[in-house]
Amino acid sequence: MAPTREEEYARQEAELDELYRQVIIDHYRNPRHRGSLPSPTASHEGFNPLCGDEVTVDLLVNGGVIQDVAFNGAGCSISQSSASLMTEAVIGKPVQEAESLIREFTAMMTGSDEIDLEALGDLEALMGVRKFPVRVKCATLAWHTLHEALEEAESGG
Amino acid sequence: MTLDVQKIREDFPILSREVYGRPLVYFDNAATSQKPRQVIEALVRYYEHYNANIHRAIHCLGEEATNAYEEARAKVAAFINAPSPECIVFTRNTTEAINLVAYTWGRANVGPDSEVLLTLLEHHSNIIPWQRLAAEKGATVRYIGITDSQALELNGLENLMDASTRLLAVTQVSNAVGTINPAEKLIEEAHRNGTTVLVDGAQSAPHMAVDVQAMNCDFFAFSSHKMLGPTGVGVLYGRRELLEEMEPFLAGGEMIKRVTEEGATWNDIPWKFEAGTPNIADVIAFGAALDYLDELGMENVRAHEIEITEYALSRLRELEGLIIYGPPDAADRGGVVSVNYADLHPHDIGTILDRHGVAVRAGHHCAQPLMRSLGVAGTARASFYVYNTQEEVDVLVDALSKARSFFANGAD
Repeated sequence: MAPTREEEYARQEAELDELYRQVIIDHYRNPRHRGSLPSPTASHEGFNPLCGDEVTVDLLVNGGVIQDVAFNGAGCSISQSSASLMTEAVIGKPVQEAESLIREFTAMMTGSDEIDLEALGDLEALMGVRKFPVRVKCATLAWHTLHEALEEAESGG
Repeated sequence: MTLDVQKIREDFPILSREVYGRPLVYFDNAATSQKPRQVIEALVRYYEHYNANIHRAIHCLGEEATNAYEEARAKVAAFINAPSPECIVFTRNTTEAINLVAYTWGRANVGPDSEVLLTLLEHHSNIIPWQRLAAEKGATVRYIGITDSQALELNGLENLMDASTRLLAVTQVSNAVGTINPAEKLIEEAHRNGTTVLVDGAQSAPHMAVDVQAMNCDFFAFSSHKMLGPTGVGVLYGRRELLEEMEPFLAGGEMIKRVTEEGATWNDIPWKFEAGTPNIADVIAFGAALDYLDELGMENVRAHEIEITEYALSRLRELEGLIIYGPPDAADRGGVVSVNYADLHPHDIGTILDRHGVAVRAGHHCAQPLMRSLGVAGTARASFYVYNTQEEVDVLVDALSKARSFFANGAD
């Protein structure tokens, strides 16, 4: 049976609630590791020309481990909170692990069912974005940028 | 006379659909308008009854199609009071019309010591062609600035241009913040200075009576799809003597008189600028859109938009923390209202409005220099047309205040 108008309204409200979870808004308002690193191993700028979101990721890699990450940028709550959550998720991780987390996160965003929620931890807060296809690019921008920065670090070091 | 909006709405099939379980509130008219049944039917009629290529067909269908196509040109001429249909060139859109002028008139008339004068209110389509031309020719591009309420800064108007200013390219209505520019005044000053003027009419022709002869502009560009017509049709009006001296833009079939192995002579205006098979069906349906607007009366369209804009401004001013751009008086602006919450990104506003059935534009509106001067990444923009109602404005206002509370609750 088709949903009633009230049910449909409630579903939309729930999806918006899911998109703008407290964690997201908290990271948007109080971004972690925002800024730049004094002498990064690599630094990469990501840009989404469709909506103008910008994220720069600075990276300090030592002995195959991500020692520090910082991001700068401007954009919507999704792009900026995703970048903030990302910094927390990858600092202290070996590069290989970070790369597999990037794959895991991208898979979650593109709607794959085979995702390891445990590995994603707090990042699971961004799951709600999946119901808003035009916003998926906002969530993945920082992660693509991190991937580029990691490759840069790899080739540079 | 006021518009019978309920009756108008019945002509637009799309307005009866729902999005996310709610009636569609379509406030993205500055991007593209919806189409009445009359326009859709004109397209179907062409394809079902007299689809044929135009101008050289000896058969009945070709003759009917040619007549309908040229009739549409005459309707366009009448709609903007051009002196003759020959001054009307069909393009793909406003952007192509402006590019046509940049590539032909521009290349012949702009040199290393020339200046092209724009304004900070321009759409990218009236910026980039001139930047490219200037780069090619070593010319300069300069911008007229804006006031705190996004009107053009016209103090010292008489000193804005000098002998080097070959062209003033200015929008009649800002697509991003709605400002109506004093086109006549600017044109008068430009002509006194010997400067040619192109007016971007993409946001004016759909919403107010336009008289290119009274305005006295040299070029005027606009698009069908923003004024009830199909996508894929733009118009360039040009003063006859300018069009006649200009080189063709694209080359190929239709734009020639005679071709030999060595070269060719150009067709008369306007066909000189319409190489290849044009967008016949959409041009004809654009004619139906103009008939529809004529029937409503452009004075009435404008009055309706002032009324709804006035209402929107007064309702939006009730919302705490909402920043409203553009001139404060509805009479000084088109039916465009651009807003921001200081601590909310326009895309977040856009997403929340969307789930409440309200379609607005969120972003830089292809006006990045303007956004930069406002110090924002973008705005959320509601833009109105003949079928919009005050009740729809109420839905927008409620959804905006919900957007605000979403983020307020998340704040520490």
